[in-house]
Amino acid sequence: MKLSRRAMLGGIAGLAKMPARAADYSITAVPVGDGIWMVRGADEPIEEHNGGAIANIAIIATPAGTVLWECGPSLRYGRALRQVAEQLTGQRIIRVYVSHLHPDHGLGLAAFDPAIVAALPGTIAALAAQGQGYADGMYRLLGDWMRGTDLILPGRTIMAAQEDFGGRVLRLLALSGHSSADLALLDERSGLLLAGDLVFHDRAPSTPTADLAAWRASLDQLKALPHGGVLPGHGPLDPTGTAAIAQTRDWIDWLEGALTQAVRDGLDMVEAGDLPIPARFARMAAARYEVQRSVSHLYPGIEAALLPRIDVKSAP
Amino acid sequence: MRRAKSLWVAIMLTLAPAGAGAAPPADPLGSPMWIAHARTLFGDDPVRFDPRVRVSFPMIAENQRAFPVVIDARGIAGVRRMILLADLNPIPVAIDYRPLHAAPYVATRIKLDQRTPVRGAVQLDSGQWLVSGGWVDAAGGGCSAPPVSRVKGDWADHLGEIRGEVWPMAQGYNRVRLSFRHPMDTGLVENIATYHLEALAVTDGEGRVLGDMDIWASVAEDPAITLMVDGGPDAALRVAARDTNGRDYRANLILARQSPMPGGR
Repeated sequence: MKLSRRAMLGGIAGLAKMPARAADYSITAVPVGDGIWMVRGADEPIEEHNGGAIANIAIIATPAGTVLWECGPSLRYGRALRQVAEQLTGQRIIRVYVSHLHPDHGLGLAAFDPAIVAALPGTIAALAAQGQGYADGMYRLLGDWMRGTDLILPGRTIMAAQEDFGGRVLRLLALSGHSSADLALLDERSGLLLAGDLVFHDRAPSTPTADLAAWRASLDQLKALPHGGVLPGHGPLDPTGTAAIAQTRDWIDWLEGALTQAVRDGLDMVEAGDLPIPARFARMAAARYEVQRSVSHLYPGIEAALLPRIDVKSAP
Repeated sequence: MRRAKSLWVAIMLTLAPAGAGAAPPADPLGSPMWIAHARTLFGDDPVRFDPRVRVSFPMIAENQRAFPVVIDARGIAGVRRMILLADLNPIPVAIDYRPLHAAPYVATRIKLDQRTPVRGAVQLDSGQWLVSGGWVDAAGGGCSAPPVSRVKGDWADHLGEIRGEVWPMAQGYNRVRLSFRHPMDTGLVENIATYHLEALAVTDGEGRVLGDMDIWASVAEDPAITLMVDGGPDAALRVAARDTNGRDYRANLILARQSPMPGGR
């Protein structure tokens, strides 16, 4: 018997026990100020079940149109986000900001016209150099969620300290430390500080591209900047405006101190990754996971700095 | 029919001596390479899986070029040999260590070329092998991407640099940490020939070998190795290593300068 192609396809579809296509993202925008909404990411690692939607996103209504802060991990996410945002505000999206190079924040820009997507020059350069590697990693972790997502570079380089959208002024801060270029945004109308991944809140900070000294300097700047609440890159909104900044600072200070002491104490990387995490961080999601990642990122550098040279010229 | 049967018996008899140790036990990890590796590494020696061989690694392979692994068999008496193995790596064995006068403990970092079982296998004085381990999910290419120092081009500037330290421990052991600058080329990257550390020994002041090991290119670039060797607080330890180009590496560790290891791990 010879099967027609249609019969074959029907047969395959009938077998659809395996997830031929992952579910769609469910995007819920919560108002957090006058004309500004927050879309919460899952406080988890990037995993199949969350589709990579782990970063926080903001939607801002302005007289000139809708502005997005971050655009999610994939083409599918970006499209869904655009629909949600435009329905919410009734206005087309005219600007998308990408805070830094990490794929959970920016790969969704494939759903937008690159001409309206803005990022720091350092972010665009880093995406050009490393973005494909991140995209490959996301396809490996997320499979079908990523379908159709290509690495596309933001088309607008942020050179100004603010943008005015018909009277709603968004101040733009060029910082670094979580990565080589980190954008933060202050919405003057609501007073909210959109901190990107410079600030985590009740979710352990990640350090794959971190420069901890620069990160501290950026946190000092954010702390000194007059603002209301803080919308962190990951974790819940911080209405106090100070708690999440202080917690992030506390974590990276503890992390660096603990790993430095671990090298001094003769621990191997596996053992350093199992170090006790202080009780004050008990509320932080993904803490052990991020400690073990950070050991991978930071430990070899600390060893090279602290372990003494012991080589001798080989005897004849 | 009868003839076929007797032929079958004859074949079995012929094969019997080679298979005297019987087939390796069924693999709890279900690895496609288990039987092949077990036959190659363990030959006719008896093999069983034993959780007392503690193989520890992080929950995530953040860097497939340098994945930390500890094999700790201190709960088992009479361990004479320890093998660190990643079944699905193109270079499956990373380290083959003989803790002659040392605790059965070794830690290092390995490359992962794909998702693979990572195992520790220890051999007892009786010849018995005990095996443990787990699956590790990893992005590809740990063995087939060029080392960072090859990309930067500075590997030769640092070749031969050795860092290390030693900490006195409880139970009369000294904990030794060593890190070598070496590209550890796998030979699987276009136009870069195999080039790696292949032998390492730690000896005491009297020239007694405390532990020695064979090393393969599946150990991560700039190998970092942690051991626990015998010796008192006045030990003077010497490190000797050699790479596949015949280059020798020497280092001295002076214990007296060190403070005891906190917690006495």
